Amino acid sequence: MTTEERGGAPHGHDHDHDHDHPGTTPDTNETGYYELMAQAMKELLIEKGVVTADDVRRNLEFLDSRDPADGARIVARAWTDADFKARLLEDGTAAVEEMGFDMGDAELVVVENTDDVHNMIVCTLCSCYPRPILGLPPDWYKSKSYRSRAVVEPRAVLEEFGTNVPDSKTVRVHDSNADMRYLVLPQRPEGTDGWSAEQLAAIVTRDAMVGVTVPAAA
Amino acid sequence: MTMFNVGERVRIRDSHPPGHRRTPFYARGKTGVIERFCGAFRNPEELAYGFDGTPQRELYRVRIAQTDIWPDYKGPPGDTLDLEIYDHWLEKIEG
Repeated sequence: MTTEERGGAPHGHDHDHDHDHPGTTPDTNETGYYELMAQAMKELLIEKGVVTADDVRRNLEFLDSRDPADGARIVARAWTDADFKARLLEDGTAAVEEMGFDMGDAELVVVENTDDVHNMIVCTLCSCYPRPILGLPPDWYKSKSYRSRAVVEPRAVLEEFGTNVPDSKTVRVHDSNADMRYLVLPQRPEGTDGWSAEQLAAIVTRDAMVGVTVPAAA
Repeated sequence: MTMFNVGERVRIRDSHPPGHRRTPFYARGKTGVIERFCGAFRNPEELAYGFDGTPQRELYRVRIAQTDIWPDYKGPPGDTLDLEIYDHWLEKIEG
C-alpha cells in the first residue's frame, strides 16, 4: 500500500474502498441480515400494493411522535380522579380513548401497584409494548437478557434497576405475549399532597410505567 | 358464555407443534387460574401464515405461581406470573 492509498492525500482512483479515509465517517454501515429481510419485505409489500411507501413513512412518523409523557398524563389523571382510575382499571382501552389515545388493534390492561403488589411488564416472545401511550420501547426492554430474566428472576432484575421489593410484597410479572398491552399504574408517592396533575405527571417516568422502578416525589 | 370462568383452574397444554406459537415454552404443561377473559381475537398462529385467523379464539389471562413454573424460584411463594393463553391451549382440570 502506498502513502497515497493510506489516505495521506486526496486521490481520484477507482477502488473498492476496503480502507477508511481519515476524517470521514462512512455513510452506511454494513446491512445486517434482519435489516435486509425487513427491507425486502417492505419492498415486496409496496410492489404488491398492500401498503404504500407513504403508509410506512406515516406510521414511523406516528410512532416517533409518541412519548412516555402521554402515559404519565394518564397516570397523573388516575391519581387525581378516582372515577377515571376506576374506569382505567376496568377497561384501559376505553379509558385512554377518552383522553384521545387509540390503542389500535391491541387492548390496554392497566395493572395497579398497591401496598401488597408490585407489577412489572415483559414480552418474552418479542417486544410488545404500549407504543401509542409510551412511544418506542427502550433497548433493554427488547434485549434477550431482560426478556428471559424478567420471568425467571424478576426480583434480581428489579434490584439491578435499583428497586428493592420486600418479600412481604407480591411481585407480579405480566408477560405481554399476545393481544394485550400493559401499563403499570404506580402508587402515588408520599409527599405529593396538593400537587397538580401536571406536577404529578412530571415525576412519572417511563420505567415506572413498565414497573422496573417506582416514582418518588423529587 | 365463555369456555372458561374467572377463578377456574386450568392446565396449559404440554404440546410442541411446529411453527410460530404464542404459548411460551416455559408455561407449557403448567397449571394456573383464569385471571380474566380478554375477548375473542383472530388466531395469530394462523395469521402468521397468511390465513384469515378464523375462527376467532377466546383469549384468557392465566395466573401461575412462580414456584410452579420454576422449581428453584428465588422469591416468596406468593409471587406470580400472568400471561395470555388462547382457548385451544387450555385444558380443564377434572375434579
